[in-house]
Formats: sequence, C-alpha cells, structure tokens
Amino acid sequence: MTILTFTLILLLGAYLAGLAGSLTGLGGGVVIIPLLTLFFHVDIRYAIGAALVASIATSSGSASAYVKEGITNIRLGMFLEIATTAGAVMGAILAIYTPVNIVAILFGVTLIFSAAMTLRKKHEGALAEGSKLSYLLKLNSSYPAKDGVVDYKLKNIGGGFSIMTLAGMLSGLLGIGSGALKVLAMDSAMRVPFRVSTTTSNFMVGVTAAASAVVYLQRGYIDPGIAFPVIIGVLAGAFTGSKLLMKIDVKWLKIIFSFAITAIALNMIYNGFNHKF
Amino acid sequence: MTNNKETKRVTDYDMQQLIGQVLRYGVLISGVVAIIGGIWYLFQQGSGLPDYSTFHGEGEGYTSLTGIINGLGQGSAKEIIQLGVVILIATPIIRIVFSLVAFGLEKDKLYVLITLIVLSIILFSTFGGLSI
Repeated sequence: MTILTFTLILLLGAYLAGLAGSLTGLGGGVVIIPLLTLFFHVDIRYAIGAALVASIATSSGSASAYVKEGITNIRLGMFLEIATTAGAVMGAILAIYTPVNIVAILFGVTLIFSAAMTLRKKHEGALAEGSKLSYLLKLNSSYPAKDGVVDYKLKNIGGGFSIMTLAGMLSGLLGIGSGALKVLAMDSAMRVPFRVSTTTSNFMVGVTAAASAVVYLQRGYIDPGIAFPVIIGVLAGAFTGSKLLMKIDVKWLKIIFSFAITAIALNMIYNGFNHKF
Repeated sequence: MTNNKETKRVTDYDMQQLIGQVLRYGVLISGVVAIIGGIWYLFQQGSGLPDYSTFHGEGEGYTSLTGIINGLGQGSAKEIIQLGVVILIATPIIRIVFSLVAFGLEKDKLYVLITLIVLSIILFSTFGGLSI
C-alpha cells in the first residue's frame, strides 16, 4: 500500500467516521482510533493524536452553528471547562505512565459505555427550581424551541463538575471528546435539557481536546500524513451528517451503530489483553 | 424605547455571533491550509510507503511552532499540514480569548475570572513542559 492509497482509504474512513459520529452524537474521534489501529495497524499513539485533531475539527465545525442559534449555554460550558481542561491535562500526564495496552482496554470500556449512553432515554423536561449554586454562577438560562423560548434551571452543580473532571481525564488519556460522559454529567446530574446538554457538550469538546492536543503535538503524536486526511474527511462527514440529520430518523442507525461500536470495543479490549498494541 | 447606552452594550447575543464566527473561520482556514499541504505532500511522496506501525514520534521540526515555521521557509509540504493542525488546535483557544473580552465588556467579573482560569490551564498545558 502506497502513501497515496493509504491517504485515500483513510480519507474515506474519516468521512464515514465524521458522518456516523455526527448522526449518532458520538463524535468523530471514537471511530478514528479503532479504524487506525485495528484496520491500518497504526500505533495507538499516532491514532490518539489523530483522534484529538478529529474531535477539535468536528466540535468547532458544528458548535459554530449551534452557538449562533443560541441553544448552547456558553456560561455553563465555560464554567465546566475548568473541570474538563484540568482533567485533560491530568490525563495527558497520566498517559506517560500508562502502558499502551491499558490505554486500549480503557478505550474499549469507554466505547461500550458511550454506545449504551446513546441508547438510553434522555430527560426532556426543564427544572423550574434550581439549586443555590446555579443562581450564584448564573448557569440557569433559556433556549429557543419550536413553540417559544424554554426556561430551565439546574441542580447538583458539584456532581456535574466532578463527572466533568473524569470526562476531561479520559479525553486527555484516550484522545477522544468523551461526549457521552459530558452528556451524562449535564443530563443526569445537573438536569440540563437534552438539546442544551448535547450542544454545550459539543461546544466544550474543542477546548477540552485542545488542552491535551498541545501536549501531544509536542510529544510527536500528531503526524501530518495521518492528520490531513483525518481533518478533511471528518469535517466533510460531519457537514454531510448535519444536513442529513434534519431529514432522516436516526433511531435505528443509533441502535446498529451502538452494536457495531460494542463489537469494535470488545476487539480493542481483547487485543489489549493480548498485548497486541 | 431603549436609550442609546442600552443598545450599544455588548450582550450575550453578540458574543454568540462572534464566537460562532471565530469557530467557523478557524475550521475553514485550517481545512484549506491542510488541503494545500496535503495535495503537495501526495504529489511529492504519494508513491512512498506509509510507516506507522511503530511509534517513532515526530521530529523537532513538526512538534514546535518555531520548527514548523522554519520548515515552512524550506517549502516542506508536511510543515504546511502541521500549520493547519496548529491553526485547528488554536481555534478553540482563540475562542476562549474572545469570550474573555466579551465577558469583560459585559462587566461580568465572575465569568472573566472563570475564563481566565480555563485560559491559564491551557497555557500551562502548552508551556508547562509536559511533553516529556
């Protein structure tokens, strides 16, 4: 396989990763790592570098639209980014002391968790009464919906903040956006309405990934030959996905994708235990 | 009727539009730079063989801003791609800087402080010598 064929296949793979990631809400990074390691036999460290770049590209690309529509809660995102960026830096430090096969196993476990998260029921309703801290930090807000503006209030800020630190750590260690954990923190703990929690999580992924990407770039994890087809492919895929999302019902797609992801995850875990990385 | 002072104040709405633009242009510019570098790279080395199965780490020239800028001077295609990567990574960081200014103009002291904390964590990550 020459560099040209490698690039073209990776470009197509990254396109599909971006497409699937944006349709299911899992993000582009989670598919890039198994694609590179299991299919192309690329070292997992290069794969982590590529996945971080992919996460930043999809996050920034789609966040630009959601932010303008006023769905994203910028203050909430900014406040929780303290937790995710601090976690990401810790994750990038931890990565030095973590053997690559452990990274692969952790990645597999996170993947299965993410797949399960996409299938569970989300909170739709908005809380009418928030906790003290939510007022103090000005986190309660509103978002535009079909039938007018919906006001919402938040609770359990501390719990959400703690889960976010963990999400940041996993993001820094594994190179993914860990959107599933971010949504868990906002949706289950803080009761942020579904539309707001997904878009705000997406908004935060870019900054979280950037916090560890600056370290990984300096460590030589980001290879230009892999990075360029990944950036272009994922961006194009995410763009197509955002257009398609309005037209198709993604329920079945999510179920199929979750099973596929789980199979891939088990493969990563199996290979991790057998030191195939 | 709102008075003049009121309409000139920076609002959350302005900040949303500004941040949206920063993210959009950052992604666009980095994508264009990566495509230019990528096509040139394929033109130069497309017939070579990829070697990623073992980790070597990238050389000095690809991992620091000065290295990348020096490489650009020599017309290296890979360095152009790396510049695109740097622009992409810088995009969310620049977004934070713009939020900082916007919160400042809104006179939201609490969020100026919160934004400053996030910014310092990222700057520590960049210059803190964590690359070992």
